Amino acid sequence: MPTPVPTPAARVRRAVGGYLPLALSVLMVFLPLAWMALSSMKPASEIITTDLAILPQAPTLGNYATAMSSVPFATFFLNSVIVTAVGSVIKVMLAILTAYALVFVRFPYKNAVFIVILVALMVPPQVSVLPNFLLITELGGRNTLWGIILPGLGTAFGTFLLRQHFLTLPGALVEAAEVDGANHWKRLWQIIVPVSMPTIATVGLVTIVNEWNEYIWPLIIVDDPNIMTLPVGLTLLQNSEGNAAWGVLMAGALLVIVPVLVVFAVLQRHIVSGLTQGSVTG
Amino acid sequence: MTSPPTTAAAGTPAPLLPDDETGRPAGTHAGPRTEPRTVNPKDFRRRSLRTRRDFWVFLAFALPNLILILLFTYRPLIANMQYSFLDWTLGSPTATQVGLANYVRFFTGPDAREILSTTAVFTLATVGGSMVLGLAIAFVLNQNLRGTTFARSAVFAPYVLSGVGIGLVWLFIFDPVYGVLAWFLRQFGASSPQWINDPDLALTMVTLVYIWKNLGYCAVVYLAGLQSMSQDVLAASSLDGASGWRQLVSIKLPLLSPTTFFLSITCMLSSLQAFDIIRIMTPLGQGTSTLLFEAYLQAFGAYNRAGYSAAISTVLFVILLAITLLQLRFVEKKVHYS
Repeated sequence: MPTPVPTPAARVRRAVGGYLPLALSVLMVFLPLAWMALSSMKPASEIITTDLAILPQAPTLGNYATAMSSVPFATFFLNSVIVTAVGSVIKVMLAILTAYALVFVRFPYKNAVFIVILVALMVPPQVSVLPNFLLITELGGRNTLWGIILPGLGTAFGTFLLRQHFLTLPGALVEAAEVDGANHWKRLWQIIVPVSMPTIATVGLVTIVNEWNEYIWPLIIVDDPNIMTLPVGLTLLQNSEGNAAWGVLMAGALLVIVPVLVVFAVLQRHIVSGLTQGSVTG
Repeated sequence: MTSPPTTAAAGTPAPLLPDDETGRPAGTHAGPRTEPRTVNPKDFRRRSLRTRRDFWVFLAFALPNLILILLFTYRPLIANMQYSFLDWTLGSPTATQVGLANYVRFFTGPDAREILSTTAVFTLATVGGSMVLGLAIAFVLNQNLRGTTFARSAVFAPYVLSGVGIGLVWLFIFDPVYGVLAWFLRQFGASSPQWINDPDLALTMVTLVYIWKNLGYCAVVYLAGLQSMSQDVLAASSLDGASGWRQLVSIKLPLLSPTTFFLSITCMLSSLQAFDIIRIMTPLGQGTSTLLFEAYLQAFGAYNRAGYSAAISTVLFVILLAITLLQLRFVEKKVHYS
C-alpha cells in the first residue's frame, strides 16, 4: 500500500526496490531486440569490427535491400500472409462450428466427440510430422501452399477454448431464439457469435501468432524458395549469406518479428489472456 | 511458438463433460431442468423430429473439424508407431519389419544416453530457469508502480515472437568475434570462447535463449496467480507481524502452488517440443540434440532413417503422454489451497 506522502527514505526504497528491478526486467527483454534493430541499420564495416559502437555511425537501409535481393523476401512475406490468413480464418470457423455443436446441439455421442478433441489437444504436432509428410507428399502437396496449410487445419485448441466459453453463456439466450423459430445457423451467427466476440478474438489472435511463427512443418514440406514462408526463408538467408553478414540477417529477422510485434502491441491484452487461459482458477 | 498450454487446465469454470440425460451442459442453465412436464404425444413426435434434425446439424458443424483431427493427428500417431517397427530409408520403396530393433538400437546405442541426458538437462534447466526468473519478475510486476502495465507486455513479448528471428539475434550476440558478448569480454582482457560451435557450451547458450523467450509467459501466469490471491489473508498475516520473507515462504508460495504445478507441466511440454531456436542456433545439433531434434535429424537430416526417427518420436510421445496424464490426474483431484 502506498503511503499518501512518501518520506525521502521511502522514496529511495521505492526506487531501489521497485523501479530498479522493474527497469532491469524490461531492459533484459528490450536490449537484445534493440540490438537487432540497431545492427540491421549498420553497414558491414561497422559490424565486422572489434570496436563496438552502439549507434550506427552511418545508418543505412542497405541490409534490407540485400536481404530482399539475395532471397525472394517479398514472396516469403506474401506466402506467410496467405498461409496465416487462410489457415487462421478456416481454423477459427471450424472451432466456432464445432464448439457450437458440442454445446448447443443434441447429439447422442457428444461426450465421445469431445473426448476425441480433448485427447488431440495432448498429441504434440511434431510427432505427426513424418506420417503427415508422407501423406501430403503422396497427395502432391509438396511445395504447395495448401500442403503447408492443410495438416494444421483441424483445431482442438480453438474448439476447446470456445466450448468452455459457450458453456458459460446463459441458456435462456438460445432458448428464446429457439422459441422464435430461429434455426441453429441463425442462432449461432445472430446470437452466440456476437456475444462471444472477445473470446473469438482471443482464439483468432493466438491462432494468427502460431501460424505466422510455425516452423517445423513448412521447413519439411517445402524446399522451393517460391513457396517458403518467412521463418523458413530466413533460414535460407542464413545459409546464403553465412553468419558473417550479420547486418543482413538482423534486417531479415526484424522483418519476421515486426508484424507479430505490431499485432501484439495493439492487441496484447487479448493475446495474453488467451495464452494464459486456464492457468488461474476463478 | 509451441502449442498454447491449455491442456485441460485447472479452473475451467464449466464441467468437462455435459450431462448426457438432457444433452445439455450440466449446471450451466439456470433453473431446474428436471421439472416434470405434462407430455402429450404430439409434443413427443415433434421432439423426435427435432432430434433427428439435430443429429445432422451436429454432423454438419463438427464433422469437418473432426475428420481433419482424425486424419492429421490420430492417423499419424498410429502410423508413426507402425513405422517405428520398420527398417526403412525415407524415399525408398521397400521396408522390412524389424520388430523392436529400432528401439533396441536407440536404447543400447551410444546415442541414447547423450540424447536423453541432453533432453533432460535442456528441459529441466529451461523449465526451472524460466519459472524461477518468471516468479521473481512477477513479484516485480505486482508492485503498485507506474509503468507496470507496459513492463508486463514488454516482458511477455518474446514469447509471441518467431523463434527463428530470436535465434538469429542471439546467434549474433554470441558471435565469438563480432558479438556483443565477445566485445564485453575483451574489455576485461578475456578472449571469447566459441559459444555455439563448442558442443560443451552450445547447450548452455541455447538453454539461456529459451529461458529468455519463455520467462515472460511464466511471469504473466504467476502475476495472474498473485493478483487472484486473497488480500485478506495477506493483510491478516501482516497484522500478525509476519515479515515479507515469512509471508513469501509461508503464505504466497503455498498459495501459488497450483500455478507452479500448472506452469511446470505446460513449460515441460513446450520445452520437450522446442525446435526452432535449437535448429537455428545449432543446425547440426552440436551438443544440443534433444529427442525431437534428433527425430528430425534422423528423418530429414543427412540420414533419411524413417523407421529409426519414428522410434525416437514414439519415445518422445510416450514421455509427453505420461506428463499429460500426470497433469490430468492432478486436475481431477482439484488440489487448491484457496
